[in-house]
Amino acid sequence: MSEPVAYVRRALADAHSRDWALVLAATARVTHDLDIAEECVQEAYASALVSWARDGIPKNPAAWLTTIAKRRAVDTARRERTLRAKLPLLVEPDEVADEVDIDEPMPEPGEDIAVPDERLRLIFMCCHPALAQEAQQALTLRLVCGISTVDVARMFLVSESTMAARLNRAKKKISAARIPFRVPTAAELPDRLKAVLGVIHLVFTTGHTAPTGPSLARNDLVDRALQLARLLRSLMPDEPEVLGLLALLLVTDARRATRVDADGRLLRLEDQDRSRWDHDAIAEADDLLTSSSRTYRGRYELQARIAWLYAAAPTYAQTDWSQVLNLYDELLSTWPSPVVALNRTVALSMVSGPEAALRVVEQLEQEKQLSRYHYLPAIKADLLQRLGRAEAAASSYRQALDLAENDVERDFLSERLGRLSPGA
Amino acid sequence: MAQYAILIYDKIPTDDAEPRPEDRAAHDRHAKEIEKRNAMVAAFALEPSTTATSIRGDMVTDGPFIDAKEVIAGFCVIEAADLDSALEIARGNPALQHGGGVEVRPVESWGVARSAVE
Repeated sequence: MSEPVAYVRRALADAHSRDWALVLAATARVTHDLDIAEECVQEAYASALVSWARDGIPKNPAAWLTTIAKRRAVDTARRERTLRAKLPLLVEPDEVADEVDIDEPMPEPGEDIAVPDERLRLIFMCCHPALAQEAQQALTLRLVCGISTVDVARMFLVSESTMAARLNRAKKKISAARIPFRVPTAAELPDRLKAVLGVIHLVFTTGHTAPTGPSLARNDLVDRALQLARLLRSLMPDEPEVLGLLALLLVTDARRATRVDADGRLLRLEDQDRSRWDHDAIAEADDLLTSSSRTYRGRYELQARIAWLYAAAPTYAQTDWSQVLNLYDELLSTWPSPVVALNRTVALSMVSGPEAALRVVEQLEQEKQLSRYHYLPAIKADLLQRLGRAEAAASSYRQALDLAENDVERDFLSERLGRLSPGA
Repeated sequence: MAQYAILIYDKIPTDDAEPRPEDRAAHDRHAKEIEKRNAMVAAFALEPSTTATSIRGDMVTDGPFIDAKEVIAGFCVIEAADLDSALEIARGNPALQHGGGVEVRPVESWGVARSAVE
């Protein structure tokens, strides 16, 4: 019955990335305390290594882990009942009928105990708008993905102690302010879902183009964002914006292998080898977008449709620019953001020419929100270059270089500048 | 159930003006609604910030404690099951309709000695 250690380790790693949120959420229902729940789940995973090697891998690892973690939780609660009665605990809605009594006998490992909704409670708690957005991201990665504090710290380029303090502050607020452990009501859902999608999207964009540092992308963050988007999709399969976000992430990440060349230099979309894109991911995104309802097209769905048009064209020149521009117009009315307006100018330049696009970019220079956004002078430089105004283009590239902090993007901008004015 | 303080902020200098009767009525209505839900613990409206006196260290100065664009105009303490319920009540505060804001803070502990006497 005993299993090879390597095999057990792999099964355990799978169970960690797939089931952590489920096990933690179910355990938190018993402990009403996040820290204790985390400890118990950690211990359950540790004991699985020994048990599974000895007794074989259980048919339902999530249920096995949940049972063990809950048992620990019950033991802890019995031991600390008097102490814990004085602490503020996780708040749950009153109507919960299946509350687990800590004196109730625990089910045997393998019994079906967890319902998927538990994870949704966890996600909505982590992304509660009463928490700072950086705390929302960190909590989601720590509690929903089960990433260790030190690894979350590494993902956001802060020290472990800074990240530990950030997580602790957030957990303290959850318990002191009684941020509830529940799925929002239908009336609250649109706003609260927006916050959840925003957190996942931000984790993705932070990874897709790292704000600072030597490498263009941080694939650990990208992968976690995709994992979260897939999880959310499995939990809320009827929410169009959930499908839209997953589609957007899939299409955008499909170009992962071709965004830089063999020397790590940035490649523009038109210079990338399209045959090396992940065409399965692009097809999956297409399926998601086709299955989504047509009555209302939200921000993420529209962004996904734009990204998909870029990805589905056989060549850059053959991109359906007028369709891209139409979608940008629709996106801009749904989500009037200066960043969207700026991105729209790229499509506009292909439909109406660089001159028309330049006029819009110059208007957008007045937007405060874009004043430190390096893509604005970068796009402007490209338009000026296409219009043959080399000197003005060079000045815009220099402006972009002053603002860009990612090394790969800086090298790209320097090279473009160098080609304009050799010796500059 | 937990208690939350709802701190009501008003913009300077308009907090000095005599409140319009309809604004006062809106606040009264809002308070009545909270009472009807059995959620009101206590409510206080304050005189304008121009009447404030601050002490820091051994220095007594005029004006509110912090030089800001907004001042506390009043506060109430409510009882709610969780933060979402408290926010739902706080969202109805009329100050939000007039450019002001509210801050919701969990109450750590409290005690009342007696009501004011004339």
